Amino acid sequence: MELRVQNEHLAGHLPTHMKGLDEALCGGIPFGVLTELVGPAGIGKTQFCLKLSLLASLPANYGGLDGHVIYIDVESKFSSRRLIEIGVKSFPEIFHRKEMAQEMAGRIHVLRPASLSEFTESLQQIKVSLLQNQVKLLVIDSMAALVTGEFEHGAPRQKTLGWHVSFIKSLAEFSRIPVVVTNQVRSQSRDETCHYFFQVQSWNETIEDRTRHDSHLVAALGINWAHAVTIRLVLEAKSGQRFIKVAKSPIAPPLAFPFNITSSGILLLSDDGIELTGPDINTIHCQGHNDIINFGGESLQ
Amino acid sequence: MRVASHSHRLDGSAGGCGTVNGAQTAWDLLHEEAMFPRITTSCEDLDNILGGGINCKEVTEIGGVPGIGKTQLGIQLAINVQIPVDYGGLGGKAIYIDTEGSFMVERALQIAEACIEDMSECGGLLRKDFQAFQLKMHPNNILENIFYFRVCSYTEQIALINYLDKFISEHKDVKIVIVDSVTFHFRQDFDDLALRTRLLSGMALKLMKLAKDFSLVVVLLNQVTTKYIDGSFQLTLALGDSWSHSCTNRVILYWNGNERYAYIDKSPSLRSASAPYSVTSKGIRNSASNCKRIKSGVVHLVISRVGHG
Repeated sequence: MELRVQNEHLAGHLPTHMKGLDEALCGGIPFGVLTELVGPAGIGKTQFCLKLSLLASLPANYGGLDGHVIYIDVESKFSSRRLIEIGVKSFPEIFHRKEMAQEMAGRIHVLRPASLSEFTESLQQIKVSLLQNQVKLLVIDSMAALVTGEFEHGAPRQKTLGWHVSFIKSLAEFSRIPVVVTNQVRSQSRDETCHYFFQVQSWNETIEDRTRHDSHLVAALGINWAHAVTIRLVLEAKSGQRFIKVAKSPIAPPLAFPFNITSSGILLLSDDGIELTGPDINTIHCQGHNDIINFGGESLQ
Repeated sequence: MRVASHSHRLDGSAGGCGTVNGAQTAWDLLHEEAMFPRITTSCEDLDNILGGGINCKEVTEIGGVPGIGKTQLGIQLAINVQIPVDYGGLGGKAIYIDTEGSFMVERALQIAEACIEDMSECGGLLRKDFQAFQLKMHPNNILENIFYFRVCSYTEQIALINYLDKFISEHKDVKIVIVDSVTFHFRQDFDDLALRTRLLSGMALKLMKLAKDFSLVVVLLNQVTTKYIDGSFQLTLALGDSWSHSCTNRVILYWNGNERYAYIDKSPSLRSASAPYSVTSKGIRNSASNCKRIKSGVVHLVISRVGHG
């Protein structure tokens, strides 16, 4: 239970090959903690997960973790065709050889639990395979879909979600692997405010103005969940441009990077992030992007 | 003036008044308080509303929304406690109890390096204990002086807090205990809220006793929840109403427009006030808009403390 903190304990990172993001996160997606990807539908969360799965399976000399990946695909969004396409476009020297492509793709294990209880069972099995040390990345796409369908809002849901969060966090920690979880968004109801009792007076008018201008979205799963994740990456669209921003991180300042979805995955348009302050960090914008991800060519704005 | 590292109690007899056994007079308490300096938060404005920094022999609760900087402040304090007394610290070691896995070693190293850099800026004011500090303080040494505990359930958390008594008796140079966060494990599995309240208040009493017996600074980081009051939802610190009484001081970290602010919600001796602060690559610092004449909080503190000798 007791550890002395020493610098050899520096956990590793999974580089995302997005230079600006990797620099901001001091190397990439960190091991041992929960990283959340949240954003509106069609923004690119699954694309990001596919890219990460590929990167984790690559050999070490290509910047990968040379390991297996467990991909929990709740909404049947995993596309192996797209995965291979990303592979071929990003690492042609590996993927043009059929046996290599087969081996890489063979390292990604896709699970499709039909219900929360199936997911809970498979978690126990996952724990065992983690102990065997071959799995280097766990992706859950999406957490919101698993939990939202099952319960009404309120205490039973919070309790179950709480149990799962604790379990997944402990899985991440003892096996020292990165765990990436995607989350959905929902609109904020009028009743919800985000102020303390000593703030109410000055904020009432300002909040009315904001809701008129933005499509006011918040991450699903509630505030407990927001506390529980260690890193929160928000994918959003503002004026037709997609951004990925580091909304919560113990290391990185709140930076936003514009990006596009391309045939080789996600491409940052700039490696210098824009630093955000205040409410911009946590609000999720959804203005002016279309939902279509173009598989065959470059992305559409 | 070195901080006494043994726990000692002034008996009623020392004050010359033997009315009630074990009691101390208010006068004695006043003098005792003067003996125990506060820990700087590295942000001058924040230190000012705290009366100089976070106080010893008390439990201070600090809460806020995700991403506001609670863990950042926790790590900053774990490092600042190691600074010599005249420069805003207590010259001691830290216990960091991590219930969420949010402590990142790379970040602690970053903050430690920045702290050493800031200290070197006081180069013109060389004194014996500062020179000694500079010689032995390497970021790795700073990390070694943080005793890190990771707890994964509420039972582990309670067991650990009960064990701290023994641990601190064996490590008398520990001066601060930080729990990040005290809330996490108490939000998950509790059907029986009455049990939760009992456990929490038992834990609070235990921590208060530790603070008093060993002259420690105890900092508990808390999360937020929403509560339906007066016809609307409001943010409030988690763990309920009974818990809100348990800590001596309560500080809420919040967003005010584009700036981070800290608000003293409850304290027996500090008045209600807000102060801006910022989280930078060096750790917690003054908010950029307020940083006019002084480069860092430590430099200012040195000037004021060295001045009083």
